[in-house]
Amino acid sequence: MIDYLISKYNYWIYIVLMMVGFYAMMGKRNLVKKLIGMNIFQTAIILFYISIGVKKGGTLPVYMEGVTQAANYVNPLPHVLMLTAIVVCVSTTGVALSVLLLIFRRYKTLEEDEILKSVR
Amino acid sequence: MSTLETHAAILIVIIPLMSSYAIPLFGWRWKGTGYIIALLAIGASTVCSVILLHTVLTKGSIQYHLGGWLPPWGIEYVIDPLNGFMGVIVCGLGFLITLASKESVERELPGKKVRFYTIYLLLFTGLIGIVVTGDVFNVYVFLEIASLSAYALIAIGEDGAPLAAFNYIIMGTIGACFYLLGIGYLYIVTGSLNMADLGQLLPSLYQSKVVLIALAFFLIGLAIKMGLFPLHGWLPDAYTYAPSAVSAFIAPLMTKVMAYIFIRVMLTVFQPSYSLETVPIGTILSWVAAVAIIFGSIMALAQKDLKRMLAYSSVSQIGYIALGVGLANKMGLLGAYLHILNHAFMKGCLFLVAAALMYRTGMRNIFQLRMIHRRMPFTMAAFVIGALSMIGIPPTAGFFSKWYLILGSIEAQNWVFVSVILASSLLNALYFFRVIENAYLEVSPGHSKGEAVEEPAREEVPWSMLIPIILLAAGIILLGLFNERIISGILLFAVPPGFR
Repeated sequence: MIDYLISKYNYWIYIVLMMVGFYAMMGKRNLVKKLIGMNIFQTAIILFYISIGVKKGGTLPVYMEGVTQAANYVNPLPHVLMLTAIVVCVSTTGVALSVLLLIFRRYKTLEEDEILKSVR
Repeated sequence: MSTLETHAAILIVIIPLMSSYAIPLFGWRWKGTGYIIALLAIGASTVCSVILLHTVLTKGSIQYHLGGWLPPWGIEYVIDPLNGFMGVIVCGLGFLITLASKESVERELPGKKVRFYTIYLLLFTGLIGIVVTGDVFNVYVFLEIASLSAYALIAIGEDGAPLAAFNYIIMGTIGACFYLLGIGYLYIVTGSLNMADLGQLLPSLYQSKVVLIALAFFLIGLAIKMGLFPLHGWLPDAYTYAPSAVSAFIAPLMTKVMAYIFIRVMLTVFQPSYSLETVPIGTILSWVAAVAIIFGSIMALAQKDLKRMLAYSSVSQIGYIALGVGLANKMGLLGAYLHILNHAFMKGCLFLVAAALMYRTGMRNIFQLRMIHRRMPFTMAAFVIGALSMIGIPPTAGFFSKWYLILGSIEAQNWVFVSVILASSLLNALYFFRVIENAYLEVSPGHSKGEAVEEPAREEVPWSMLIPIILLAAGIILLGLFNERIISGILLFAVPPGFR
């Protein structure tokens, strides 16, 4: 059992991180905490993709003398996909932060409960 | 094939993308150019989309390989009857709504025109990109382009808008991330990202749990994006508080495009035999959709705000589309396709009328709209046509998609769905007649009978707004009259083999 957990530890970390982020997004009442939860959530997915590209004993995906088998190279494609996902992550955070700025200017607070109280 | 025919598949995305960067460049010097550039770019895309649909129908599916890289390694744009049809809807409606947006944007967002149209075109690029691409990861990229620009556009609306936009960001990101996880799981087992290639590789792996989890992530992620009950939480606020021009653009198109990609994942990436039958997703989906239809209609009945009422009505209409897919027979699927088209026209028309009312009177409360038909007779006439179509009265378009959905339910031998569709038509009638009654009522309740009522002066909205509204209203009737042509000429080819 322990061996099973340890041998796939990167995937367990991804699941734990994702749930932490998910909890923060759903459970926290402060909007900045929600945003940070969203970031953790996205980072967890990046970790997942990085994990699926890695091979034990694999080398850089650049042609090297003596390494002829494709199986000896790590798979670069999931890592490249994550470059896009990182860009998306950064720009979502940027948009969300500027929206938070708008919210703060209007309501002078970032606590969801207080905002909802002042709206009613 | 002529050069334009060959490259239309990429031009349809490239033209609005490049034009959106041209807007701040020109707008820096001449403020008014944003509207014109946006209109020209979407117009050019519309031409491309019509060419594409024509080519698909006459010569068969189009494959466009970006940079000459062959699939499954390179990104491929595939146009078949289904997304050729979607492309024409997105471009054509996008064009009409953009045409109408000028005055509304000037009134509601003074001084933000240049930035508004830059983001607006990016949103359009994202939507049309989702439609034409044949690569699951490329869909994710366009999904995020569309979503990010939608977040920004909603946030610049009125008082409650930033909070609505923030909730949408949180929900939308969860949806997009689930979609991304789905791609990851499929990539683990197949090593491919191309939709057609996945469709060929997956059947031998259907017993694998990874594929099942991937399907679950895809469907839940996209259900959030398309606002399917019970994941619709972001939708009413976002539609209500967004600027009128934005809600008129997002409401008919965004959820429809998400519904399209939902159907695409279920039917092309996964075989319908797997995604609808092996796992009881078809059954679950149609029951959820039935609840969505009733819930959306009841919530719409409880609203005082016109835009919020239309937003809840969208929740219920998305239910119709999901129901048609979930029924897993030919009639149901045709009903879903037809409803994507019809609902886009109806919601476009109704939200444009809401934008026109906002522009002229600044009011959205349906109980304040007394005598409005004297001031704006054509706009209200268009509203009535849209409302009749939502209720489903022949010969308007809405009747025929409901007809096909009912036929599909009967074929599936499920009488509950038949009664749900009929009950929801009654509820639709209730909440739309509430608006129509208020708008056409002669005397407000405060007046006694003998008292003379002053005749309000007739003041229609400007032509740039009125023409698209009238065109959409006329379109609703024309679509109803020619629905047989659309079904037999386009949509029948989009039904996957094996559907009866």
